[in-house]
Amino acid sequence: MIADMNPAWITGEASEHVLTYADGSTRRVYVTGIETPYPQGKLIVSRTNTQGIITHCNQSFVDMAGYEEAELIGQPHCLLRHPDMPHGAFKDLWETVHAGKQWHGYVKNLRKDGGHYWVYATVVPNVRNGEIVGYTSVRREPSREKVAAAEALYKTMS
Amino acid sequence: MTINFTVSPSFPNERISDWYIFNTWMQRSLEVSIHLELHDSFKSQRDAIAAGQVDMIYANPFDASLLVREKGFKAIAKPADHADEMVVFTAAGNAINQIRDLQPGTRLAYVDDPAINTIGHILLEPANLDASNIQDNVRDTYIQVAKEVLRGNVDVGFMPVEAFNSLSSLVQRDLKVLVTSEMQSIQHVFLVGPAALEKADAISQLLASMHETDKGQAMLTSLGLSRWQILQQEDVEFMIDIISTLGH
Repeated sequence: MIADMNPAWITGEASEHVLTYADGSTRRVYVTGIETPYPQGKLIVSRTNTQGIITHCNQSFVDMAGYEEAELIGQPHCLLRHPDMPHGAFKDLWETVHAGKQWHGYVKNLRKDGGHYWVYATVVPNVRNGEIVGYTSVRREPSREKVAAAEALYKTMS
Repeated sequence: MTINFTVSPSFPNERISDWYIFNTWMQRSLEVSIHLELHDSFKSQRDAIAAGQVDMIYANPFDASLLVREKGFKAIAKPADHADEMVVFTAAGNAINQIRDLQPGTRLAYVDDPAINTIGHILLEPANLDASNIQDNVRDTYIQVAKEVLRGNVDVGFMPVEAFNSLSSLVQRDLKVLVTSEMQSIQHVFLVGPAALEKADAISQLLASMHETDKGQAMLTSLGLSRWQILQQEDVEFMIDIISTLGH
């Protein structure tokens, strides 16, 4: 269960949405449409446990998400879920990594201030002694052409 | 017993003698025979690894996966405050001012270094460039890469930050950096293989305290390092997980 976004966090005009996650829980979010450019030359890195709870994130992750590190650690990764992202993309992600394989794709993430940022994300299972003990996600800067194609595709998906 | 030691070929040639001095110091400190074999290419080093001729290595991060996960090497240390960062640069007079200005057909030059090359290609992705629409040119030395860019034979060069900063000011003046990586989490690691594992704790303790003596500090400075930071196995496993995402 993730707490609703606080309207006081939002910068600029925002629309309100209610997200429904795979476990049936919901979250009220506010979206401004303001894009934060990807930080050139950097990787955004985070790790989760097998339940998708954030256990580690680097400074670029903190900077782009807009939360304090202490607000991120211990939270489900879907804290960054943007309402424009189709459920199907994340279903595919989890099915792929649970099967022990890498997943990659273009993701629009929601910031604490209601803005967003696009990434090319790769998620890899952390296999230790033959067992999956968590997941590492590494994001890098996508081209605008690839973002435009993903944006068009996601509008056709549920 | 003799420990066979090698160093990733990504260091500048002028440091060859410094690695031999480091090797002699390790032998005397550990009271064990250590044979240093320096390879002039990543291929010949990988052939030596495959042939079981390496027991201890200061490894390129992109070789760590093979060594740790397939060859049973143990992580000992990494250089503190010393990530493997790189620059993508063009000629100062070139109309290209940022990565997104690069067009399909862009010509690249770089040396054979898996870390620099993989990260460099990733830094071109925002321009929608990939293996299908670039021209790669591998050169033997960093100065040759710089010359190819200066002469206009290629549009862009890749180089470690350290190598770029060691170019003469005259050469640097005629070059323009388009982006500098800030990967932070990817760097060389000191690994010990199965045949030398009984010495792992002694090696770890020796490296951890190396900066505490004047002689040790002087050797570190000569190698371009400040001190060694002891690694837990999970630290290098995490780095390998990150690196494994970069090839896709």
